[in-house]
Amino acid sequence: MSISDWFKARESRRYTVLDGDAPARAEVPDGVWTKCSACKKIVYDGQLAENVRVCPHCGHHFALCAAERIDLLVDPETFAEFDAGISSADPLGFVGAKPYTESLGTAREQCGLSEAVVCGRAEIASHPVVIAVMDFRFIGASMGSAVGEKIARAFETAVAERRAVVLVTSSGGARMQEGMLSLMQMAKTAAAARRLAEERLPYVSVLANPTMGGVTASFAVLADVIFAEPGALVGFAGPRVIEQTIKQHLPKGFQSAEYLLEHGMVDDVVPRGQLTARVGLVLDYLAAGERA
Amino acid sequence: MTRRYVMEFERPLVELETKLEELRRIDFAQNPELVSEVEELAAELERLHEETYSHLSPWEKVQVSRHPDRPKTQDYLETIFTDVIELHGDRAYGDDEAIVAALATIGGMRTVVLGHRKGKNTRENIKRNFGMVHPEGFRKAIRAMRLAERFGLPIVTFIDTPGAYPGIEAEERGQAWAIAEALAVLSGVRVPVVCVGIGEGGSGGALAIGFGDRLIMLENAYYSVISPEACASILHKDAGKAADMADCLALTAADLVELGIADEVVAEPLGGAHRDTGVVMSAVRERVLEALGTLAASEPDAIAERRYERLRRIGVIAGDLG
Ligand SMILES: [Zn+2]
Repeated sequence: MSISDWFKARESRRYTVLDGDAPARAEVPDGVWTKCSACKKIVYDGQLAENVRVCPHCGHHFALCAAERIDLLVDPETFAEFDAGISSADPLGFVGAKPYTESLGTAREQCGLSEAVVCGRAEIASHPVVIAVMDFRFIGASMGSAVGEKIARAFETAVAERRAVVLVTSSGGARMQEGMLSLMQMAKTAAAARRLAEERLPYVSVLANPTMGGVTASFAVLADVIFAEPGALVGFAGPRVIEQTIKQHLPKGFQSAEYLLEHGMVDDVVPRGQLTARVGLVLDYLAAGERA
Repeated sequence: MTRRYVMEFERPLVELETKLEELRRIDFAQNPELVSEVEELAAELERLHEETYSHLSPWEKVQVSRHPDRPKTQDYLETIFTDVIELHGDRAYGDDEAIVAALATIGGMRTVVLGHRKGKNTRENIKRNFGMVHPEGFRKAIRAMRLAERFGLPIVTFIDTPGAYPGIEAEERGQAWAIAEALAVLSGVRVPVVCVGIGEGGSGGALAIGFGDRLIMLENAYYSVISPEACASILHKDAGKAADMADCLALTAADLVELGIADEVVAEPLGGAHRDTGVVMSAVRERVLEALGTLAASEPDAIAERRYERLRRIGVIAGDLG
């Protein structure tokens, strides 16, 4: 299903979004209710949809797919996707536990996407933007050549058309199945983000659960204003790698959005219900020069 | 025989060497029939030696790249550079010894040198955290990059790290933020950037000072998105599959040239750079000078523009490219 199909079908669509911390398990066992993975209470789907997929009992933020996220953030009927046809090759002929081509095929089929990021032109609070949203269901939204290319083009399009960039990240990091080609996408996307900054065009990033590794350590945190969703896990090294290295247990809340706020790494932690208005307001401030 | 560091794949060689040494202690006057046997064994050893080292697998190269006697950033700095002034500290938190920043001269050219810094022994390695950088190390590097740009000094970097340090404090002080900023700054500096992969190129920690206008790789140096062991643990839940993953990851110097990421490979002496550091030093010196000479002719803006285009070309994609 393409993004535009999704928008057409969204009224009748029943959400079957996977939670970020349990990507293999659907959160909706029978389509009527969901058990919250944080507080274990029952949440009715209608309730969840109305509440932008935030648990009404405990405030746990369920994962959103790219289409839901775009729907939430942009002004109605302003989104037009670009570069939808770019997808990954298998340049190294990589075979891990299973062939990379197989992982790609499964992801494409399950998500109805050609790659792990969706990019397009849109308006947010009437400001022209390029919006790019990562979809964690697609191989953990890891960054290989195709994701790197789409992100770089998103920044370049914004420069060419003098638009702001709004980016929602969630990713396990670099896509190891493309080896060094993936690592180099970090430099490529950081370079593209720098060019946007040199053009004095605003860049707002929203770090969603989870944002790790090579995505955090490149374009995600080069924004002018960085917001994070409550409870999102954000960092460079994964918690398990750190535990194995230091041979200690990690403190509770380590690498959470709130922890990052406390350590000065993000501008604010913004509950999803307030996100659209907050991003819009930031653009009101930063895009002032573009209004002329 | 003096004790030395033996890599896993060298064991059969070392066993044979030991055997040969024992045999040579025999009184051949009393056992003349053994002379030819010893000679045969010596020939066999030579053949095995040649065979082992001239066809190293990717995983064996990774082991060579980690050899404790392998020349380190500090050796290059002391041997092929002169008038070195080290620049300490990030001006915000501290001085990370896992990375060195210095003003240094090579062949009469003033440069800024950046390098991951592993130690030569355990004591040094503890001080330098085995070349695993904390955020303040990357921030020191960023400071040096900006300095280089302001005063028009080319940048020469030496890549040799297992990776950025995965620790609580590193995360607390913004490891990802520091690396991201290093990438952004390095991508746009308007001076030539020449990088040399001398040992380990571990992921984002390597990349933070590991790309530019020229990437020169030593023959047995590796550069990878993830260590073969970590890749094996994640994909196979078995670190023992590291050799297989090293084959898959395309991490050798030759692979990098093929992928369009590295420009050239510097041959190492048989057995690795530690067998004859003098040869390696002068080869690296020559290549760095050649690269700096070529790049020196470019206008500052053109250098940054060409670096961007170089980065933009890296990657293999499919589908409708628009
Ligand atoms: Zn809940």
